[in-house]
Amino acid sequence: MSGQTYTDEIPSGDMQPENIEARGIPTGTISGENSPKTVPNPVMASDIKDGIKDVLPILIAIVPFAAVFGAVAIESGLSFGETMVTSLSIYAAASQYVMIDLMGQSVPVWSIVLAVFAVNFRHVLYSASIGRTMGAFSFWQKALAFFLLVDPQFASSEARASKSGLRPAYYFSYALMIYGTWMAANAIGALFGSLISSPATYGLDFILPLYFTGLVAGFHKRLNFVLILITSAGVSLAAYLTIGSPWHITLGGIAGLIIAAALSKPKDTSPQDMNKPKAVSTPKESTANV
Amino acid sequence: MSDTIFLILACALATYATRAGGHLILSRFGATHYRLEAALEAVPTAVLTALVAPSLITNGPAEAIAVLVGGLVALRYPLVVSVISGLGTLILLRGML
Repeated sequence: MSGQTYTDEIPSGDMQPENIEARGIPTGTISGENSPKTVPNPVMASDIKDGIKDVLPILIAIVPFAAVFGAVAIESGLSFGETMVTSLSIYAAASQYVMIDLMGQSVPVWSIVLAVFAVNFRHVLYSASIGRTMGAFSFWQKALAFFLLVDPQFASSEARASKSGLRPAYYFSYALMIYGTWMAANAIGALFGSLISSPATYGLDFILPLYFTGLVAGFHKRLNFVLILITSAGVSLAAYLTIGSPWHITLGGIAGLIIAAALSKPKDTSPQDMNKPKAVSTPKESTANV
Repeated sequence: MSDTIFLILACALATYATRAGGHLILSRFGATHYRLEAALEAVPTAVLTALVAPSLITNGPAEAIAVLVGGLVALRYPLVVSVISGLGTLILLRGML
């Protein structure tokens, strides 16, 4: 449970002002984040409410995206059942496109699996980072949670963890909404693909980049934010233009992590002080939500 | 089991390996070094930035400006406001450019 010391060091409440009410929850009464049974019901209810509220803009973005995948999969020769199994079991849109694309090129199976692994490599970093905030999750909850760890799920859960702590009710209500919408829209796209008009008309094709941009900006109070941002963006663009996709994600991401590690300083020399909450962050918090 | 289903499930397994793997590797270490902590703390900023960066150059000026507007708005306002203002900028500029 290395997540416990970690959560104390993040200035909580520095993300989105819309969730100020969530901070009014008496989280202090939860004795030990590790035992989900002690969480009072009002907290769970508000976790579910917040999870659903936070996921709504994402659902709008996912519908056309998922419908297009369903249509493309059928067009490239998958049956309806195979298309559904793909989305049910892989549940990672970009790599599903890669898989379908390579299947049409009669490439050996192992190289398709390797390509899928490469496209999804960023999830290794997601899982390492978000895993530290999952103190309130049981083993099986974690096992299921990692299956559902798509980009918006990660980004939103990170923001949630810094704000009011990450609990299963929030995580799974958010996840269930995306997964359900994703599957339904996939099925509709697979069945009625030819009827779909271009999502570009309404700017829907661009909601996901905008959503991730907004979430990244929400992390601007984290240490060395600007330098990490510039490094990752620069290396990502350079990799994108030279080596090509999907390496820009991994290389740009890792470059930012190296900068973050290089600029970091030891927080505390005496181990007994590790668990003290840092009071320094409090004044910053109060101005962040103005 | 057909070859296609086998391939799909192999890809699903590879994907799950990446999603659970980071946590499994990290939890073996126990107490973590401060540099590793700082790197993990930077994961959302670094990886999501790397994910989005090409959208600044692969589309047109309308998309690039929309990303910048959305990012600036998100510094002060809630996420929903940021996405809507980015989207509004995009629709407006696509109509004009």
